[in-house]
Parts: sequence; C-alpha cells; structure tokens
Amino acid sequence: MTRSLVSVPPTARRGEIVDIRAMIAHPMETGYRMGPNGAEIPRHIITRLVCTYGGAEVFSAEFFPAVSANPFVAFSLIAAESGTVAFEWTDDEGQTETASAEIVVS
Amino acid sequence: MRRPAARLLVLAPLALALLAGAAQAGDIAPHERRSGSTFMAPETQAMQADDTGNPGMLWVLQGAGLWEQKAGASGRSCADCHGSAASLRGVAARYPAFDAASGKPIDLSGRIRQCRSERQGATPWPRESDEQLALTTFVAHQSRGLPITPPAEPRLDPYRETGRQLFTSRMGQLDLSCANCHDDNWNQRLAGSAVTQAHPTGYPLYRLEWQGIGSLQRRLRNCMIGVRAEPFAAGSEEFIALELYLMQRAAGMSMETPGVRP
Repeated sequence: MTRSLVSVPPTARRGEIVDIRAMIAHPMETGYRMGPNGAEIPRHIITRLVCTYGGAEVFSAEFFPAVSANPFVAFSLIAAESGTVAFEWTDDEGQTETASAEIVVS
Repeated sequence: MRRPAARLLVLAPLALALLAGAAQAGDIAPHERRSGSTFMAPETQAMQADDTGNPGMLWVLQGAGLWEQKAGASGRSCADCHGSAASLRGVAARYPAFDAASGKPIDLSGRIRQCRSERQGATPWPRESDEQLALTTFVAHQSRGLPITPPAEPRLDPYRETGRQLFTSRMGQLDLSCANCHDDNWNQRLAGSAVTQAHPTGYPLYRLEWQGIGSLQRRLRNCMIGVRAEPFAAGSEEFIALELYLMQRAAGMSMETPGVRP
C-alpha cells in the first residue's frame, strides 16, 4: 500500500510563490547493512522524484543511500495556472508511486 | 550497529554518580512536568507540529485505510462496528484499561489485537508490525490534544503499584532504575541527549533514530537494554503495569500522537 502525503495550497494568486511538500513511506534500505543472520540486506531505495505542474516537469531530485527512510522534500513553485501538481517516485526496483493535488490559481 | 555500545559507555559515569548518591530522589512536582517534546530542538518540534512534515502521519494514513478494511471470518471492518473513527476520540487517553473478561489490564495495542482475533476472527498482527502500529497510531491520533485521563478503576490500582515498583527498582548490570534518570536527573543530559521526564504523551511515535514508528513498549525495551537488563516480553504484564503507572504519572498532560522524537 502506498503511503504518501503531499501538501499543495488549494488556492493561490497568480504569480504567488507557494510551498510544496511531499513525503512518502519507504524503507530507503542502504544496502550497506547486515541482517541478524549476517546476510546482506539488499539495497532498496527511491532513486528519483519528479514533480510536474500542469504536465510540465518543474522539479526533480535524485536520491542516494544517505537519504533517510520516509524521505521528505520541500520546494517552492510560482503559481502560474490552475492545474494538477503531480509527484512520481521511482525506486531501484523500477516501481513507481504517484500522488497529486489540484491548485486553483486566481 | 555501534550506537548502543557507545550509549552504554556513556551510561557508566552516570551510574557511578548515582551510586555516589549525588541525586535527589523523589517524584517530579506537578507544575514541573513537561512533555518530552519540550526537550527537543525547535526543528524537531516544528516537524511534530506540522502534519505535512510529521512522518508519523504516514502511519495515521495507513491506519485510516486499515480502519475501513474488512478482515477475518466475520468479514467486518473496524468501521462496521465502531463507525467513524471520531467516535474513538478520547479512548486512547484512557488506556491501559481493565479487561473484565481476563481480569487483567490491557493496553490499546492489546485491545486492537483482541478485537481482531475475537470480533473480526482474523489473525492479530504482531505488536511491532507496520499494520498494528498504524492502526494503534490512527486510534491514538483521534485523542490528540486531549488530556490523559487514567480510569479511576480500583481493580487497576494493584497493577499501577506494580508499575511504580518496577519504575523505582534498580535493574540490569548498571543497576539503575527508571526513576534514577527520569525522576531525579531529567534536567540533565546523557551524552548529547536530553534525559527527559518519561511521560508517554506521544505514543506510538516516530523516532528519527528508528527511522520509523514504534510503541511505548519498544521504547521501554530500549531503556532496559540501555541499563543492560533483560527486557520484559512484548505485551507482558510487567510492561502493561509500567505503562499504567506512566500514564497515571502523566495524567492531565496532552496527548500528542503521533509524536516525533530524536
């Protein structure tokens, strides 16, 4: 089950700078740890987060093993048009998780 | 894992100081009681206060899903009997409660496991599993902001007394009781960490050190390992007695679930 929380202001004035936050539940297993039996715990991390606004990519980030579990990302956008702010996280097993929120610009 | 070892080393001088009788024994005065969150850095406090930045909310979200999910032979979900989760507002602030059927106290996690096996006819989740913690966090979250109100049930009193005795009994190779640190030295630091007053206001809570959510019993286990004692079994009577005493000790303080701690 995907667990992600995204925070996008529901309304904004045109040209306003708005804060965007996104958090997802993920173990971000580094691949450097050993389990109780001494066996290596395989790496399992999110490698990329992409945020699109009205279909166009506005923000992206690459994640590495040093990023904590349940990664939280905050950034800002200029509210230009009403539309969907969508997030897509991709992990190193190729799985993607998505979340989105609407913003109304007046 | 090198951290626990490092922590044990720093416990040793404290143990010596305590053996030397440097500390004053006694309960914390009511007006001096503080939630563990007030000992945190402002950044960590802000993380707890902001629902979009509090990682514990990920488990609340998962718990909300589990609340509606049908399970077991009964084919019923929590919501089918209890209705909206808002109906459980204040419930977690009253736990552990007295379970008339077994004649023993039961904690919130234990009650959820009991409900799952007896009412839903499903296999209960292990106590530290994601699902169990998520549902417990979701239920406890409904009481956020309410004062902790331990039930005035006289049959709980002997267990509270057991809890108080456990809290004040020295244990482990370092021969320290909970009270040695959390009653007598709560305004001190243990290496870089604040000692705090051990009020269980935010459980289950997200510890940055754990990178996940954990129960009060997990926290107590941590402390017991810290003083090199053998921890009580998960869900054991001792842990529930301790939990009863701790909730009594924190009576009137606000619930914070899901808390964030360093």
